[in-house]
Amino acid sequence: MKARLNSIFEALLPVFATVAALLVGGIMLLILKINPLTAYSALIQGAFGSWNAFAETLVKATPLLLVGIGICISYRGNVVNIGGEGQMIMGAILSTWIALTFTNLPGWLMILIGMLAGVVGGSIWGGIPGLLKAYFNVNEILSTVMMNAIAVQIMNYLLRGPMIDPVQAKASSQIPQTARLVEAYRLPRLAPTRLHLGLLIAIILAVMVYILLWRTTLGYRIRAVGQNQPASRYGGIDVKRYIVYALLFSGAFAGLAGAMQVFGVNYRMITDGSATGFTGNAGFNGIVAALFGQLHPLLTIPASVLFGSLLVGANSMQRAVQVPSSLITALNGLVVVFVVSSEVLRKFQQRRRLTVAVDSPPPESGQPKAIEPDGEQP
Amino acid sequence: MIRELFSATVIIGIISSGIRLATPYLYASIGEMFGQRSGVLNLGVEGQMLLGAFMAFYVALKTGNLWLGVLAAMGVGALMGLAMAFVTVNLQATQGISGIGFYLFGLGMSNLLFQKLIGTVETVQGFPRISLPLLGKIPVIGDIFFNQNMLVYLAFLLVPAAWFVLHKTTLGLKIRAVGENPEAADSLGVSVSRVRYFTVILGGVLSGVAGASLSIALLNVFQQNMTAGQGFIAVALVYFGGWRPWGILGGALLFSLVNALQLWIQVLGVPIPSELAVMMPYVLTILVLTVSVSKVRGPSALTKVFEREG
Repeated sequence: MKARLNSIFEALLPVFATVAALLVGGIMLLILKINPLTAYSALIQGAFGSWNAFAETLVKATPLLLVGIGICISYRGNVVNIGGEGQMIMGAILSTWIALTFTNLPGWLMILIGMLAGVVGGSIWGGIPGLLKAYFNVNEILSTVMMNAIAVQIMNYLLRGPMIDPVQAKASSQIPQTARLVEAYRLPRLAPTRLHLGLLIAIILAVMVYILLWRTTLGYRIRAVGQNQPASRYGGIDVKRYIVYALLFSGAFAGLAGAMQVFGVNYRMITDGSATGFTGNAGFNGIVAALFGQLHPLLTIPASVLFGSLLVGANSMQRAVQVPSSLITALNGLVVVFVVSSEVLRKFQQRRRLTVAVDSPPPESGQPKAIEPDGEQP
Repeated sequence: MIRELFSATVIIGIISSGIRLATPYLYASIGEMFGQRSGVLNLGVEGQMLLGAFMAFYVALKTGNLWLGVLAAMGVGALMGLAMAFVTVNLQATQGISGIGFYLFGLGMSNLLFQKLIGTVETVQGFPRISLPLLGKIPVIGDIFFNQNMLVYLAFLLVPAAWFVLHKTTLGLKIRAVGENPEAADSLGVSVSRVRYFTVILGGVLSGVAGASLSIALLNVFQQNMTAGQGFIAVALVYFGGWRPWGILGGALLFSLVNALQLWIQVLGVPIPSELAVMMPYVLTILVLTVSVSKVRGPSALTKVFEREG
């Protein structure tokens, strides 16, 4: 009974963290002489007020979920991937390029190819820092940041030059954007909203990542390397290879998210010169969602919806009560800080349980027990 | 046009602006270095810089006093550092992740404050260039090194000062001990948490100044997300420089010189796509990290939580 109370308490920690962040945000609003209740009710109204608003929330949640499940893999492998932005961009570039080059394929085929191209583009952009970390000992935090900056410049170059919309190339405005995808290549929508098939794909993939991490040798090894490198090496795991996998897979999902933004939402790529202009900060907010979901792919689903709603709500809050939507960025940051800080409570509780029952190991909470499958080489 | 790039005036221009561009990196990276030498990786530098840049700009705009602006930037940096120290030292939160939280907080908060308190594009009269007596008169060298603003000079003085503190004082010894072997330092009576609080707050203060050097000395405006990744690069430069002040100086100069070269390439209209030029410093950083990092070992206790036994 007590154990159950404890696990409920632990599951609720992120919720407490969010409430705390909203409270701090409320105080900040008061200091700026804005009524927090009006602001927050505008936010909720904007995110859930109508079917259309809710669909918009889910549209925003989709890239967060995809980036987030990738983050679950990399962080479980103890690899910090903050290159989601660049990986999204590269996935989007590759898939857009293919879709604009081959315009006569059947729609379903191109959607399939396009999504795969997104996966490939993101994997390359995640795999490079992976290789650099595994074989040259280059810190992945730094290399992924650099790779973000490089991806942005590649995007700017291509969208201003080789890949620019032929119409814009002739016009004097020269807006840096590609041509639109032909209609057949667009991800099917749940009319009349903007909600597209991508959400369903993302949810299915979240389940698959859960299976990958806890029901396959590959996932087991990624997690083993993440928890204890020396022991994994001693156990015969090729540690370097699994470090590369962790970043590669993580990049793959971000790349897919990028491709979906093109095939499902905008139908073209457009740049304002920064990464955020294309990704909407999803490369970072996906990390927030994954952390909030305790790095568990299935819990990342509701977490993504929550943060998607905050993003959509923030925009309508800005319109209705003139609170800049950057408030939500700041609050997201606080949520991250509070969530990682609240881990200490979990640690204290585990220690207490350990001292109570030294010889019976504490029940693993939040995540299923690791089961080592037959141990066959993949 | 390529030939123009090698004329004396252009070369002087490149080196001189390279030195100016190195300023924010020097402040932020030296500050980050102290944190990392004591075992704390602060990934929130970018957020601290943004808040520092905003506070400095706002105070300078309202009071007309640039030094008050710098002071305000130091203050907000110290607060951010204090929060980071509390979260990583007392609450034992994962450093890499909490840093991202502080980055997002600074990114959102600085823009929120900007839109609510200023709202429109404004400029301030930033720190003027000061030609140092005698030194400023030396041909070429004077133009390059001794015709800069006050924050540039202070940034370069910070490097030997940091080296001295780190290697020649008891405080520096404590910082290095805590970063290499906190258990041993603790058993000798050094307070691990106090040292880490000190270095992380110092890092915040210097990151704040780094932001100020952008908003009231280098660019003299504030814009949303104006640091554009410089805080993350500052963290990279700490690795790049092998956790040593002189190494960081070298890295910051190399990075900024390439950056300055890139700006001049665009100004002179050399037929290289500007995006390729902007990309160069980042590609270079990855390459140098690839070649050099494997040889230098970082502080042993970096990112590790310290807990006293019993």
